[in-house]
Amino acid sequence: MANDPIHQFQIAKWIPIEIGGLDFSFTNSSAFMVATVVAAGAFLYLTTSSRGLVPSRLQSVSEMSYEFIASMLRDAAGNHGMRFFPFIFTLFMFVLVANLLGLFPYFFTVTSHIIVTFALALLVIGTVVVYGFYKHGLGFLKLFVPSGVPVVIAPLVVAIEVVSFLSRPISLSVRLFANMLAGHIALKVFAGFVTSMTALGIAGAAGAVLPLALTVAITALELLMAFLQAYVFVVLSCMYINDAIHPSH
Amino acid sequence: MFVASAFAQEAADQAAGEIHTETGVAEHGSEGGFPPFLVETYPSQLLWLAITFGLFYLFLKRVVLPRIGGILEVRRDRIAQDLDQAARMKEEADAAVAAYEQELAEARKKAASIAQEARDNAKAEAEAERRRVEAGLDSKLKEAEARIALIKDTALSDVGTIAEETAAAIVQELVGGKVDKASLSAAVKAAQQQ
Repeated sequence: MANDPIHQFQIAKWIPIEIGGLDFSFTNSSAFMVATVVAAGAFLYLTTSSRGLVPSRLQSVSEMSYEFIASMLRDAAGNHGMRFFPFIFTLFMFVLVANLLGLFPYFFTVTSHIIVTFALALLVIGTVVVYGFYKHGLGFLKLFVPSGVPVVIAPLVVAIEVVSFLSRPISLSVRLFANMLAGHIALKVFAGFVTSMTALGIAGAAGAVLPLALTVAITALELLMAFLQAYVFVVLSCMYINDAIHPSH
Repeated sequence: MFVASAFAQEAADQAAGEIHTETGVAEHGSEGGFPPFLVETYPSQLLWLAITFGLFYLFLKRVVLPRIGGILEVRRDRIAQDLDQAARMKEEADAAVAAYEQELAEARKKAASIAQEARDNAKAEAEAERRRVEAGLDSKLKEAEARIALIKDTALSDVGTIAEETAAAIVQELVGGKVDKASLSAAVKAAQQQ
């Protein structure tokens, strides 16, 4: 692996599986998806197993994440939006824990692959579209026609609205993917400087203090990013779901 | 990272040409191109994402979220119940305080009336005593006045007799004869009345 900053994103087959000519192998990515789900599920399950009236610290972490997501969804989409709470909560925990696990050295970052983030974004938009049409029928199309727009410029506005709607899954997925990717590359590059400078001798080792400090700083920044990106992903999902529930602006 | 080489090599053969130019990381061609854009890894990632995310969703929806929701609900109920109880206890305490205040006020009133009664009684007794004493003094005064009048009368009546005797003696000495007793007493009376 050496100093190649891209190497950390490579998919490695662990258990080859092939069905109908397509490759469905169990890879390191699959393993870390499983790890993400198991870690998050086990944490939420075990910390709440005592059902304490007065919560322990870890139990209050689970409760806080529950209430945090619940209030966010309620603020964005109203009480009616609470039917999507399990979905939004799952989305948040999955993205957050996948991001956090990716911060460990030698761990694979599930969300650093565009196909994963794009699939999650499509799931959100698919939910919005399906629920929107199911709930409002063709009335859902009012989403693209803001009320009070003069007839003359309506076609232009509709075109803009359609483009903005179609770009949602792209922006949603690329934002998460690019942040994870760029952060991990930067981290790897600066950490690589430390080793390669140290190899130059004493002067190099002394100079390596700077990239080492930067590595520490970027690690902290990435920790923030892991939370922030999970939060942003879910906040935007909540707003899109609000569109499905209340299509007329 | 792990056992990537075989898979990556295979991937490189299929996808290198079309993807390298887009990603601008062609120098990694030996390892199969920029990993996130290797289309042949997509089916596997999508399948395992669907499996893990789906199971995670079901697990959270069926087990974890009802449990956390239940915990929060129970706590909310419990807090509301405790607040109710606290409010009820406060009412009871307020009632007790009010009852105490009332009893205290009654006791004060009673004490005041008892004190007033005692004061009135004492005053009445003192008045009666004073009257009794005054009455006693009055009677003694009258008695004394009566005695003084008696003594005065006696004394005054004695004055006439003494004057007669004295006058008789004086006349006898001066004149040297017996004096008529009746004229003597008439003369004394006339002198007394002057």
